Amino acid sequence: MNGEQNKKLALQFKNVDFHYRNAAGEIPILKNMNLSVADGGFVSIIGASGSGKSTIFRLIVGLEERTGGSIYLNEKQVADRPGKVGYMPQQDLLMPWRTVLQNAALPLELQKENHLDRGTVQNLLEAFGLKGYEDKYPHELSGGMRQRVSFLRATLSGSNVLLLDEPFSALDAMTKLFMQEWLLEQWEQQQSTILFITHDISEALFLSDRIFVITETPFTTLKEIEVPLERPRRQHDLDKKEVAELKNNLLEQFRMRV
Amino acid sequence: MKNYLYSIILITIFLFIWEAGARFVDTSFILPAPAEIAMKIWELKAELLLHHLPITLAVIAIGLGISLVLGIILATSMNISKTLEQAIYPVLITSQTIPIIALAPIFVLWFGYSIWSKVIVTIIITFFPITVSTFDGFRSASKELKELFQTLGASKRQLFFKLEVPSALPSFFSGLKVAVPMSVIGSAIGEWLGAQAGLGYFSRRMMTQFNGAGVFAPIVVLSLIGILLFTSVVLLEKFILKWRRS
Repeated sequence: MNGEQNKKLALQFKNVDFHYRNAAGEIPILKNMNLSVADGGFVSIIGASGSGKSTIFRLIVGLEERTGGSIYLNEKQVADRPGKVGYMPQQDLLMPWRTVLQNAALPLELQKENHLDRGTVQNLLEAFGLKGYEDKYPHELSGGMRQRVSFLRATLSGSNVLLLDEPFSALDAMTKLFMQEWLLEQWEQQQSTILFITHDISEALFLSDRIFVITETPFTTLKEIEVPLERPRRQHDLDKKEVAELKNNLLEQFRMRV
Repeated sequence: MKNYLYSIILITIFLFIWEAGARFVDTSFILPAPAEIAMKIWELKAELLLHHLPITLAVIAIGLGISLVLGIILATSMNISKTLEQAIYPVLITSQTIPIIALAPIFVLWFGYSIWSKVIVTIIITFFPITVSTFDGFRSASKELKELFQTLGASKRQLFFKLEVPSALPSFFSGLKVAVPMSVIGSAIGEWLGAQAGLGYFSRRMMTQFNGAGVFAPIVVLSLIGILLFTSVVLLEKFILKWRRS
């Protein structure tokens, strides 16, 4: 990514503090944390379970209230965050009583200010390989297809920032690889900014421009790694020497903490 | 129809044993034979179906209707407010410990032989399964989906109508399937304890006359109403929850 400094920032954390409160007192998760993601970037966050990866997302979408600092979306500080980003959760979370089309179009129903129209929905359904499945119910679809509907729903939130929380973790290994390639194609066409949580190092290396690594909790800064790969990428690019070294390196870091 | 084959066989065997037993005992006011009951229904068809049936059906319809409204209002209030839930839920349970048969004569004192004493009995028996199952249905709405709605900026109203109501429907129908046959029982009990007409009343009158077949004839009609109502609910459920058909 050349000239990243000049690029607009899609997302920025400035000195963000966050702690959970329970009976024992406060459990700090984020301490004075700074983070920035350039517009149009693909950034992954990897860390062990319980390290606070998902907390970052919950802060951005407004499900948790930060205890200090500020969060900027597209360089604007937002107080009332719900509805400002597209969120794709770990499980596909499709409503079984709604058809594919009705599930995907949920943001259009809920957000008053959503500027997307039904025509866009139709075009995207086709682009996402879901044409002909509009009137099917989720239980009639394969796991990969359900995740595509879920991703379509996140896209239809109309935001340029998409948060993907381990979206492929429930898929079988083969489907997962195809979905990763598919996601990259979509990302390149939509020109959105993607923040991607995963615990799969290969997945992070294959998809991202940069990887943030969470090694300890509470964290202040995230260790940042640039992925030395050109785009477009194919799965076999992961076999390149410098990528393989990077992967082993990362693995070692987590091994210490198991 | 094939699904019912075995139960039809079972019922036929049962009726044959009953018929043989009744003929052996040969005391019609204690154990009337099925054939005798069938003939009685035919003989009394005008009185049973045109005079008593409409009155019982009115009790069932009004009782079930009020139970539905009451149950849905109670379940919704408990879903909206934790305080209301804590206030209402114990009262709800207590209402089910009341021995209705002991209490029904009091309803007769209050409402006389009018339709309302029977409607009250029907309501007390049927509102409980509707309320509890609808409330459980509301609570079955997935927490993750709720959060997803919040991230999309959904209002409380949207959350209720687009998430909680659809989530509650399967459970609501289960409650309704329990309540519907019970409404038939409720109306019959109500009529047994004090009425001037209705299938339950008719059955009791035949009892005082030691007319065994006459006691059973209205009971058979009541049971058929129950089956019919239950089947209608199942069909309605299949239609509304068509997404469950795979």
